[in-house]
Amino acid sequence: MSSPAAPWLLAPRAFRFWLTNYRRTWRGSIYSSIASPVLYLGAMGLGLGTLVDQHGTARLGGVSYLAFLAPGLLAATAMQTAMGEATYPVLASVKWLKTYQAAAATPLRPADLLRGHLLFTAMRLLMNCAIFLAVMTAFGAARSLWVLATIPVCLLTGLAFAAPIEAFAITRSKDSSFAMLYRFFLIPLFLFSGTFFPVSQLPGWIRPVAYATPLWHGVVLCRSLSLGTPDLGGALVHVSYLAALALAGLLIGQRTYRRRLYV
Amino acid sequence: MSEYPFGNAGGPGYCLLVPNTEVLIRARNLTKRFGEFTAVDGIGFELHRGEAFGFLGPNGAGKSCTMRMIGCVSPPTSGELSILGMDSVAQGQAIRARLGVVPQEDTLDVELTVRENLLIYGRYFGLSRDVISQRTSRLLDFVQLTDRAGDQVEPLSGGMKRRLTIARSLINEPEILLLDEPTTGLDPQARHVVWDRLFRLKQQGVTLVLTTHYMDEAEQLCDRLVVMDGGRIAAEGSPRELIERYSTPEVLELRFHPAEHDQAVEKLAAELATTGLATTGLATTGLESTGPAERAEILADRLLLYVADGDAALAAVRARGMDPLTSLVRRSTLEDVFLRLTGRRLED
Repeated sequence: MSSPAAPWLLAPRAFRFWLTNYRRTWRGSIYSSIASPVLYLGAMGLGLGTLVDQHGTARLGGVSYLAFLAPGLLAATAMQTAMGEATYPVLASVKWLKTYQAAAATPLRPADLLRGHLLFTAMRLLMNCAIFLAVMTAFGAARSLWVLATIPVCLLTGLAFAAPIEAFAITRSKDSSFAMLYRFFLIPLFLFSGTFFPVSQLPGWIRPVAYATPLWHGVVLCRSLSLGTPDLGGALVHVSYLAALALAGLLIGQRTYRRRLYV
Repeated sequence: MSEYPFGNAGGPGYCLLVPNTEVLIRARNLTKRFGEFTAVDGIGFELHRGEAFGFLGPNGAGKSCTMRMIGCVSPPTSGELSILGMDSVAQGQAIRARLGVVPQEDTLDVELTVRENLLIYGRYFGLSRDVISQRTSRLLDFVQLTDRAGDQVEPLSGGMKRRLTIARSLINEPEILLLDEPTTGLDPQARHVVWDRLFRLKQQGVTLVLTTHYMDEAEQLCDRLVVMDGGRIAAEGSPRELIERYSTPEVLELRFHPAEHDQAVEKLAAELATTGLATTGLATTGLESTGPAERAEILADRLLLYVADGDAALAAVRARGMDPLTSLVRRSTLEDVFLRLTGRRLED
């Protein structure tokens, strides 16, 4: 007989659902996880990087453009992975396939479904970032053993996006808001959060906006670790900011999930 | 084919034949509002172990909403709802562990296989892989899907998906099975298979709660039912009791030539209105003694006369010089009760 389970045992049950689904598609996802960093690091890191390096790299902190760019892209990969998981799959579960409603009829509660999906998102973040890190190392773009610490940083950066976006996604009835989210949020962040060039290159008045974006914090952390120049005080601020976002997303998401599934 | 999906089956009539007064679900003054709109308006009912209980009603009557409250995924706005002796809000999780739910729309994961759907669902209930695998083979046998166990769900027919949903809802061996319009959208063969399976479950002692707007389904499956309309309960009883209370023993259906339909209907209606059935000659049917059912229903293509003796009424109609194209004398059904209680308006 099914007996009342301890609350922490329930999210893993929802996680297993995503895992079972992922078993059908994991190969394809691995290929794109490898191809993406190879293409970006090849074209921009090596191709464009050669041009950049000829003009001096003082403003990049004296390192090659490839070494500057790679950790930024690593953090951006975490953001993209999180966005991918937190948008369409959530709406599909609640609207198109209604697998969330099916699960809500069992002992699982809406909060368990959110946490289960965040667990799965965490797994995808670890996978994608580990692959990126391996490619980046193969390109010779990692400068320090500290680079290994980028993995938990990417996990945190990803969850700082995934949790709030998931809290938002569950409230949607159409996927058109996701297109807006990508166009006016993800892409600007990708381009202007210090991924491709230092934020100091931006006009002074717009820099605070960049500092407020979670991606910038992830980029700065990853870059300092990859270049072997971590700074504890700064890191604490970045980590706290990202953790606060992830936690806020979780708390709000538990409410929005409940409101959507318990009508 | 396995007749009984549960391992601990006691055989046919295991629980059914023993009258059981244990109350499994009790609702008092149960109300659900969405803003200004009242979907369920202070209803009350009691449901006993082992019975098949139906919520009948037109679309928008509040049936599905009531089912969602019983399924503990929709907190009542006010009123009391206890299920298996527990409070539906405070102990929803523990209640859901002992319920099976077949929702109105299929919520299967169509990208997974038949077997995987049961595996995932069993996991939600915290069942071990071994237990799930044992139950899966038994349940797939029960719903006649054994040969599709390894197939993806997407291409299965509507009837197969419904049966899989039923199998899935049984993975935790629930004490109460909630079925929201279990056969809507299925072809007649598929419906009969589903009915047969549900009947077997009932025989095994599973308490069935279902909503439907199919009268034949209600008559086939339900020991007791309530007719809902506009969020309220309009009537309650066994199908037979309801027919006795709200309809006459027989119904005379008259169909006239389309050109004469309006005229004939008018003539009959006028006579009924001015003189009443007693002086139209229909009094010979002995209607007076049967109470409230002295009625005529005028449909677009037919005229229904609710009478005690259909043949006598037909003779009386003919005696008045009216010659229907076709006539049919039949027993009253739940449909007559339903139409009387909920009216003929179209709802969506």
